[in-house]
Amino acid sequence: MKMTVRRLLGVLAFSGVATVAFGQTLPPYNPVTEERLLNPEDSNWLMYRGSYDSHGFSELNEIDSSNVGDLENVWSFSTGLREGHQAPPIVNDGYMYISTPQNHVLAIDARSGDLIWRYVRYLPDDLFQFHPTNRGVALYGDKVYLATVDAFLICLDALTGEVEWEIPVEEYYNGYYMTLAPLVAEGKIMVGVSGGELGIRGFVAAYDAETGEEAWKTFTVPAPGEPGSESWPGDTWKTGGVPVWITGSFDPELNLTYWGTGNGGPWMGDTRPGDNLYSTSVIALDVSTGEIKNHHQYHWNDSWDWDEVSAPLLIDFERDGETINGMVHAGRNGYLWFLEREADSINFVDANPYVYQDVFTSIDPVTGRPEYDMSKKPGTGYEADFCPSLWGGKDWPPAAFNPKTRLLFIPANDNVCSTMVGEEVQYSPGRAYMGRGQSENGGFFVRPGADHIGELQAWNVDTGERAWTTTFENHNWGPVLATAGDLVFMGGTNDRYFRAFDASTGKILWEQRLNSGVIGVPVTYTLDGKQYVAVLAGWGVDAQREQNLINMAKGESHYVPQGGTLWVFALPENNNE
Amino acid sequence: MSVKGPKKDQSPVKVTRRTALGLGVVTTMALPMAAVAQPPARQKPQAGDFLVFEEGSNQGEVVRPELLLLDQRPVSALARDPATGTLRSGSRLNRVMVTRIDTEKLTPRYQRYVANGVIAYSIVCTHTGCDVTNWDSNELLMACPCHESQFDVYAGGNVVGGPAPRPLAILPLRFSNGEVIVAAGFTGRVGFTQQF
Repeated sequence: MKMTVRRLLGVLAFSGVATVAFGQTLPPYNPVTEERLLNPEDSNWLMYRGSYDSHGFSELNEIDSSNVGDLENVWSFSTGLREGHQAPPIVNDGYMYISTPQNHVLAIDARSGDLIWRYVRYLPDDLFQFHPTNRGVALYGDKVYLATVDAFLICLDALTGEVEWEIPVEEYYNGYYMTLAPLVAEGKIMVGVSGGELGIRGFVAAYDAETGEEAWKTFTVPAPGEPGSESWPGDTWKTGGVPVWITGSFDPELNLTYWGTGNGGPWMGDTRPGDNLYSTSVIALDVSTGEIKNHHQYHWNDSWDWDEVSAPLLIDFERDGETINGMVHAGRNGYLWFLEREADSINFVDANPYVYQDVFTSIDPVTGRPEYDMSKKPGTGYEADFCPSLWGGKDWPPAAFNPKTRLLFIPANDNVCSTMVGEEVQYSPGRAYMGRGQSENGGFFVRPGADHIGELQAWNVDTGERAWTTTFENHNWGPVLATAGDLVFMGGTNDRYFRAFDASTGKILWEQRLNSGVIGVPVTYTLDGKQYVAVLAGWGVDAQREQNLINMAKGESHYVPQGGTLWVFALPENNNE
Repeated sequence: MSVKGPKKDQSPVKVTRRTALGLGVVTTMALPMAAVAQPPARQKPQAGDFLVFEEGSNQGEVVRPELLLLDQRPVSALARDPATGTLRSGSRLNRVMVTRIDTEKLTPRYQRYVANGVIAYSIVCTHTGCDVTNWDSNELLMACPCHESQFDVYAGGNVVGGPAPRPLAILPLRFSNGEVIVAAGFTGRVGFTQQF
């Protein structure tokens, strides 16, 4: 019988010291406790954004703005897969976990770069993958949790990769799928569902970490009689979309998780007249019960495909000399939203555009409700141009916040716009249910005279003013990492560079060209006291799709190679001598 | 593979067909049994089946060449068992897009699959399995709305743009008594491309 590394591990795992075929000895696995998640150590990266507040920030500062120019590759690891590699490497005391498109999970020895085990999921042939990607695993206890594109939640043994349990969250053939990293809190594994393009009814659900039993399930589209149901006419709520496909934030003091929600379906707002709660909103869910405690809708009756799925960063900011328990969201709708979070309410503070936006004509200063230039709102049989494009000022790539310098870093796209027209569409389970007609050039254009598209922006959250902007010729799909070394790390551009920026000025201090475009979430951690930065390269999904449209719009044929590779960087060994 | 069946004492899994598909070990045992038990509506189009329009002004009618105009946007269709009347609608992998072309202009090796100008391509994109429903009327290309893959209807569904790794499968047709009949099963594998 062929004895694989994985099988070997399966035998040895019970000893508590797993040995790989190459002879290395791995340390005992350090279980991920609730306490560790509440106070994650700087040496590890235990969850999607590193901490529950979604800051994407690390206190590590061995690598700083004075020495980052010396950063070099330590090792790399090819995943063997194409499409969008967007997951953060999750690191726990020498064990590193990455997930890939098509739902592979790889456990890697963070010291050596050797594979410990690999989980491979066989997906059904009739799967409809709008977004072939996965945005990371979650750790809890000695388990690894994965939300799959065929709508299963899977629990793996962290040491062996063996399936402990798996449960169907919903039916993939009805259009449900998942791409987000689960959120773990209070012993529950929380996930949201994608499929807003396929006539789903969105929800967030929580499962017992040990058994997989469902703890609660909260729909993002209320049923008749429930609060908010008056904002959905007739039976539109049944197929109203409002997916949740990015990991939420968590405020342990309020015991509330904050999730961003997607747009309603079909895409044209005139098919579902009303505000369509809780679409394009942030919702606050009680971790214990799943109850929606409060919400804020960024914009109502969406017709632009402006999902607002990015979870808000939980940031306490200053206004008029007062500290506000706040949260901040760079909206796909092109506005930067400052909100106040309280136990019983989410209050509007202020909002201003951070990219060119030609749809909103005003924002109510009390409620934050926008008014629209209706000529910019597509409808069934009505074609409209609007900016920013359907991918918005910022799509899913997460922003980061440095609490020391008070700067928020936004990976933005400016000067790109969409043309969209609605067409009638019939619901059929599992089929496209967008009702979007075809427009010239794929419905995409660059503003005349624009000299760039991609941006990395820095905003002072206390003054609400922009500190600096670094621009890129083409689009930017780079998730952001901020560190106490006064650095910002980001890839995202179609030239395949992964870069470090001076967080105070936006100046590029270091860049390395990788195998493919970088749309993975960068992380940092230490091993034996030494700081590392890790990121997945692997262009695909909407970055690739937008590239096709930019090529069309500009008459170019820029090619970005695909293929996932995990890259790990550090300073040279003698750097501090 | 580290894919193993769930531990019975811990698993809340309800074993469904989907569950079985998700588990590598179980899959190898379950698939042959599933093939035997495949209900007619889920079976792929069979030689001798009619094609029936699934959408548009001719929805429900048997596909005939005169119901299609030359080089127009393809429309979706399903196979129907002539003996039982069963519509093979049980799997999205069975759906095809039909259009009418000038057979003389089609790459010669595919001409035998055409029935009096009518050609049928699988609707399922070979990239990630989306329905290929868009149409470039200038270039006469089928286009995927998900990731912009483009397929040339005059070149056997060859990929001419976007990330799709292989052509759309053709459903071979023949012409008989004024109607379009399925001549054989799909020319290639239908569905997205599982990597690795």
